Amino acid sequence: MSREDVLVSTAWAEENLDTPGIVFVEVDEDTSAYDKGHIRNAVKIDWKNELQDPVRRDFVDKAGFEKLLSEKGIANDDTVVLYGGNNNWFAAYAYWYFKLYGHEKLKLLDGGRKKWELEGRELVTEVPQRPQTSYVAKEQDLSLRAFRDEVVEAINQKNIVDVRSPDEFAGKLLAPAHLPQESAQRPGHVPSAVNVPWAKAANEDGTFKSNEELKQIYTEAGLDLNKPTIAYCRIGERSSHTWFALHELLGLQDVKNYDGSWTEYGSLVGVPIETGANS
Amino acid sequence: MSVQVDSGCAAPAQEATPDDFDTRGQVVIAGTVTAGGQPLPNAYVRLLNADGEFAGEVQASEQGEFRFYAAAGKWTVRALHAEGTGEAAVETDAPKLYRVSVSV
Repeated sequence: MSREDVLVSTAWAEENLDTPGIVFVEVDEDTSAYDKGHIRNAVKIDWKNELQDPVRRDFVDKAGFEKLLSEKGIANDDTVVLYGGNNNWFAAYAYWYFKLYGHEKLKLLDGGRKKWELEGRELVTEVPQRPQTSYVAKEQDLSLRAFRDEVVEAINQKNIVDVRSPDEFAGKLLAPAHLPQESAQRPGHVPSAVNVPWAKAANEDGTFKSNEELKQIYTEAGLDLNKPTIAYCRIGERSSHTWFALHELLGLQDVKNYDGSWTEYGSLVGVPIETGANS
Repeated sequence: MSVQVDSGCAAPAQEATPDDFDTRGQVVIAGTVTAGGQPLPNAYVRLLNADGEFAGEVQASEQGEFRFYAAAGKWTVRALHAEGTGEAAVETDAPKLYRVSVSV
């Protein structure tokens, strides 16, 4: 798989806004940005209210995903181009999530909403009407998703990449710097994890760094690119960004996203935790 | 009071930070992005640590306001906008509100 298969430029996107068979999807936790203005013809997906189970901490099930995509007017053979705010965190999460449920033609808009805005490209408020489809999902591909026991077993065995900021990794902060810090769980990181903040993989304008740069960043951080890898952050969206860089851009075979991430791990009774900076 | 642990990591909508803002014992860095002396709406504002490493990013409000929760240290606040970029330094120590303006 090449970079062009999974990542499209803002210029390409602008040329393909009306192309049949291509559906642009804006994904965010807070969808008020979409409501104020979005890429023309893009539909919105609400990360919290549409992709998460309303009661349990888990994803919507297969039938729920089928219903969601059918209502959004997305068909199995459509090419879905995902983008969003926060440097594409939630769009990358949706990319990984669509992949879990077996959607085949998927692309991420390089730079996301930020690059689109910084380039002064057009945003509209008109919401497209797409006819309902009968979407059929596959069972979750669990080769892409790590669960807590697997993370504990991976300590000192597999690559574990903690993609949070250095202060979250060290245990000084429990959340990113734009959020208040109160939280229930213990601070720190999974023993043997290396800290490669997600932002290392991105340029200032939100685009991904080149494959050569990415390879250098992860290798210098101490990752053995031939070993299986688990990525995590606080709730699994920043680590989806890194999962995308490792699995989709660099083409590593065995990379899982641990969506339970620190909010789960840091609340588990009895699991080992380390604090302090990257060794 | 604690935040819900399963709530997302997205940057919240930005708003003004009044002088009597309750920092809840945290280092808060807040301010406004301006261009030509006027508030510049919707710039992307990045907080960089003393090593220039990325610590956080928010999108400023319609009035150019932004707010970060940080720690003691030297920080750079950098603003990106279609009209240009700008940055400002701020040094923090004890938990309280620190003000910084960034001109683009």
